[in-house]
Amino acid sequence: MASAEEVAREAERRDIRTRWLLSAPALLVIFFAATGPLLIVLVYSFLTPGPYGDVKWQFSPEAWISVFMERDIFDDTLSLAAAHVTIFWRSIKLAIITTIATLALGFPTAYFMATRSEKTRDLWLFLITIPFWTNLLIRTFAVLQIIRNEGLINTVLLKLGIISAPIQILFTDTAILIGMAYVYLPLMVLPIYASMEKLDFRLVEAGYDLYATRFQVLRRIIFPLVKPGVIAGSILVFIPALGAYVTPIVLGGGKNMMLSNLIELQFGQGRNWPLGSALSIAVMVIVMVALLAYVRNAGRSEVRHG
Amino acid sequence: MPDKPGRNAIEVKNVRKIFGTGEAQVAALDTVSVSIRENEFFTLLGPSGCGKTTLLRLIAGFDFPSAGEILLHGQDIASLPPFKRPVNTVFQSYALFPHMTVAENIGFGLEMLGKPKAEIKARVAEMLKLVKMEALSGRRTSQISGGQQQRVALARALAPQPKVLLLDEPLSALDYKLRKEMQIELKRLQHETGITFIFVTHDQEEALTMSDRIAVMSSGKILQVGTPWDIYDKPAERFVADFIGETNFLTAAIANIGNGKVRATLKSGATIDATVAEGFQPKDNATVVVRPEHAKLTNGKGELSGAVENIVYFGTDTHIHVRLDSGEAFTVRQQNTRSAGCGFERGDTVGISIGNDAAQVLRD
Repeated sequence: MASAEEVAREAERRDIRTRWLLSAPALLVIFFAATGPLLIVLVYSFLTPGPYGDVKWQFSPEAWISVFMERDIFDDTLSLAAAHVTIFWRSIKLAIITTIATLALGFPTAYFMATRSEKTRDLWLFLITIPFWTNLLIRTFAVLQIIRNEGLINTVLLKLGIISAPIQILFTDTAILIGMAYVYLPLMVLPIYASMEKLDFRLVEAGYDLYATRFQVLRRIIFPLVKPGVIAGSILVFIPALGAYVTPIVLGGGKNMMLSNLIELQFGQGRNWPLGSALSIAVMVIVMVALLAYVRNAGRSEVRHG
Repeated sequence: MPDKPGRNAIEVKNVRKIFGTGEAQVAALDTVSVSIRENEFFTLLGPSGCGKTTLLRLIAGFDFPSAGEILLHGQDIASLPPFKRPVNTVFQSYALFPHMTVAENIGFGLEMLGKPKAEIKARVAEMLKLVKMEALSGRRTSQISGGQQQRVALARALAPQPKVLLLDEPLSALDYKLRKEMQIELKRLQHETGITFIFVTHDQEEALTMSDRIAVMSSGKILQVGTPWDIYDKPAERFVADFIGETNFLTAAIANIGNGKVRATLKSGATIDATVAEGFQPKDNATVVVRPEHAKLTNGKGELSGAVENIVYFGTDTHIHVRLDSGEAFTVRQQNTRSAGCGFERGDTVGISIGNDAAQVLRD
């Protein structure tokens, strides 16, 4: 007869086996759709470009060198690739500004939603998700219709006589920012709302009771307690904003190249797959480093607060 | 029991609070007036939904009255936001800030008042000592027990030295023994700090043992304000008599009204003297109350007679339930001794003698 211990161990083994079986489909998808292709990209970044796209199976660090460096065509000396650095910086700057703008818009929105009655809350939640019903490209063109010279804003302002000539919004950085903020706002609102909804508003009352003004309650009580939501929202906005492709092209007119355009170029007209691969991996590393620093810093400041 | 009239810390004047609109309007407070003296331990007592917490929230500033005035040392504060009132609250759920340590919680109010760091540090240390929590000052509030959280909540509310401390059923989440301990602790704190305490509870025993004065509330109204002794021994209304302690209700014919006393003729035909609630003129018939411990069971003598229906042993005393000849129920409480039983058995025919000055006529 098996001892109780053996029975327990057998049950545990069976339990572990069941869990592996249950997660197998998800693990397979993750491997073949995400990790696998990523490994291919990593390998390609160390190969030599083929004449008509594709790669030659020949090791070369050249792609990685040209991510940030530029080889002089005459004397082969390396210098900083100013164009690449500019593009990287432009994309990072846009992602940061988009994150800040969506945070500034999304935080009050989430607060508003969380302080409604339970029934109205569901309605607001539903309204926030409506933009997800439509394709990103279509949403971006909708923004274009509103801000173009003959668009809604300019027509109304002209009719009202507030301006005498249309304001050029389309194909400017402002247009890109408007589009980005619009597209990514729900991704900021939803996680903040999820945190805010769990917030015990009696703590807010306690804050007021202890002589904290509205701003102090916001800064010292509400904000620290919904910080996990703010962090999650910032990550959800920053990552896709860094790689945004459609919005900058459509609303910015493609005048200023973004990271995604640069990468796309290597796989298309540039016919430099290794460089495209190296750029992709570089962006990933930048995102990872930035996120680690952000999360670590956010965690530390929470400890300092209390 | 101190019942000296002092200066008023809080005066509530004709305050109404209406929630909802139109058809769904509910008057949580229906024209309430009450004065709370300085350095007093004042209790708002009543069942849930009686408006006691609403009144507390109006004084704290979390809600604003629909009509009426709330004065703090003579100054109307009814429209001030909570952060402009020198009044602090101990919440039922404690509402401690989970992202701060014990010490940071206690120092929060002082910090918001813009006190210098050194002063805050000294005051927090003093408060930690007052509530005996020095050893746990660096802990998160989630890492301490319910009783300790209660102490931190008290220290946090006392640290800014409020003019009035509001306590919203602060002991309700504690188990029996801890609650007893905290009752004594609260009295000690009130004595040591000299701050006016306004305490909300639905526990009549808690109210009787802790308060200098009690306001009994029901359905948005204050029914009676007085010392625990007043409330218990001279209840003005049926609700007050019924809510506080156990009591016997008897209907009686009233005669010889005068000087706060009446002669009441009970259904048994016996007459007893009874006190009358102040300012009340009883009509021919009224309800008379007698507390179970103010009556004595006899072998036949007494104003009332009946048969023993049930005997319930309580440790310190025994409750003997008697069905009177008139059909009314009557309970007598008898102190137990160690050597003998209560001396009666179920079915015994007994007399009940009501002591002098034991009966009170209620305002109906």
